[in-house]
Amino acid sequence: MTTAHTHSGQEPVQRSTGRLVLGWILVGIPLAYGVFQTLTQVAALFG
Amino acid sequence: MGFLDRDRTIAPPGFDRWLVPPAALAVHLCIGQAYATSVYKTALVKHFGASLTEIGVIFSIAIVMLGLSAAVMGTWVDRNGPRKAMFTSAMFWVGGFLVGSLGIFTHQLGLVYLGYGVVGGIGLGIGYISPVSTLIKWFPDRPGLATGMAIMGFGGGALIASPVSQALLKAYDPNSGAQGWVASGDAVGKLFLTLAVVYLTYMLFGAFSIKVPADGWRPAGFDPAKVKAAKLVTTENVSAKNAIKTRQFWLVWVALFCNVTAGIGILEQAAPMIQDFFRKADGGSLVSAGVAAGFVGLLSIGNMAGRFAWSATSDITGRKRIYMVYLGVGAVLYTVLALAGATATFLYVVLAFLIISFYGGGFATAPAYLRDLFGTFQVGAIHGRLLTAWSAAGVAGPLIVNGILDAQGKPGQLTGASYQPALLTMVALLVVGFVANLLVTPVDARFHEPRSARHEPAMEA
Repeated sequence: MTTAHTHSGQEPVQRSTGRLVLGWILVGIPLAYGVFQTLTQVAALFG
Repeated sequence: MGFLDRDRTIAPPGFDRWLVPPAALAVHLCIGQAYATSVYKTALVKHFGASLTEIGVIFSIAIVMLGLSAAVMGTWVDRNGPRKAMFTSAMFWVGGFLVGSLGIFTHQLGLVYLGYGVVGGIGLGIGYISPVSTLIKWFPDRPGLATGMAIMGFGGGALIASPVSQALLKAYDPNSGAQGWVASGDAVGKLFLTLAVVYLTYMLFGAFSIKVPADGWRPAGFDPAKVKAAKLVTTENVSAKNAIKTRQFWLVWVALFCNVTAGIGILEQAAPMIQDFFRKADGGSLVSAGVAAGFVGLLSIGNMAGRFAWSATSDITGRKRIYMVYLGVGAVLYTVLALAGATATFLYVVLAFLIISFYGGGFATAPAYLRDLFGTFQVGAIHGRLLTAWSAAGVAGPLIVNGILDAQGKPGQLTGASYQPALLTMVALLVVGFVANLLVTPVDARFHEPRSARHEPAMEA
């Protein structure tokens, strides 16, 4: 994770791992499902 | 509704900027459903007793409204911030599904045009541009990566909506097991209602989790002076009103228009095209419908992956160079596809995959290109105006390809050679785009905003 600073240049990033994981899971799982389903279809192309 | 105001979305000190891309993705994954309309197209044809073209108009209206609303509302989006814009987009997008479902249940196709096409299309346009300028400000060191992540969602949205819609249509239609089954209108109406609820939830998650950086914020280790070292990257700002008066805006517009038109040429015809390219002596195709569907799926992944991978790569190569690749290498690949694509299926698939990845890359790299040329001041509004190129290409691409193919013969009787005139026309278009991109130079100083009158704090957090 990149360490960033606010405009004052002093405050380090407060790691919010829970929110970060939740946010990425909420968008990542549907996306992974969609890619998986499509790849299953794509298999016909090489099968 | 003060809770939607920009002031309420300013990130507190120490906010983790990696929380922003999921918020942007949440919106783009929802509006990306627009590319999955083919799932229920046949069902609507049967339900309304309409032609394919009449049903296809629903999608066309939505894409035209996307471009128009992005162009008209861009300045409003920049002024009011991403939360209000995402919320508004959600209301329109979901409202479009609700009005559309009413049209389906009451057998009024006009209501579907109005709902999904007009109302939903406005949601598409606002939603598409709403997170872009915010992401560019959070990732000034990697704007291509940031916008690539969000705009990748637009490609990914269709990958999700397609299988989910198929499953829901089966669940909602008691006759789904019958041979030659086509979903009922009632099932499509219920699908619209379900999608409305799911998309409302996701888009509100995006709207309420997005934050804008505080004035003057910058990531650790980021040196704006270093960015200035690149010839085409400005530290000045140009307003949207002035940007459209510049030669650079219209050169990028032409480059995007050519890139999108060429990509749509393949996307529109993907399934029948691969079947026509590989015909047996008896006229039948070597490629089955199932395999052709797999090919369309592969192109969708290429479109999505290209948006992220090429846009992220542009942070290293620079925007002008990556557009030279999209347009220049794209023209070469198109030529090989036209002249030698029919020699081997593998070659054909690889060429088409790369071409479509360039198509997606062009979309995702555009906001960062605009940031480089015009600064961050009103980049969202400028991006909105640029998207009219997409609307124009959405009309021009199919018109060119279908017009040429109609002159070559009837569907089902076409061969690889029948596509050569259409593909070589696309090569010519890509060359035009390549030249336009080549002519892009830094914006003249007379278009820059005076430093004292930039209003950056008020307009852009």
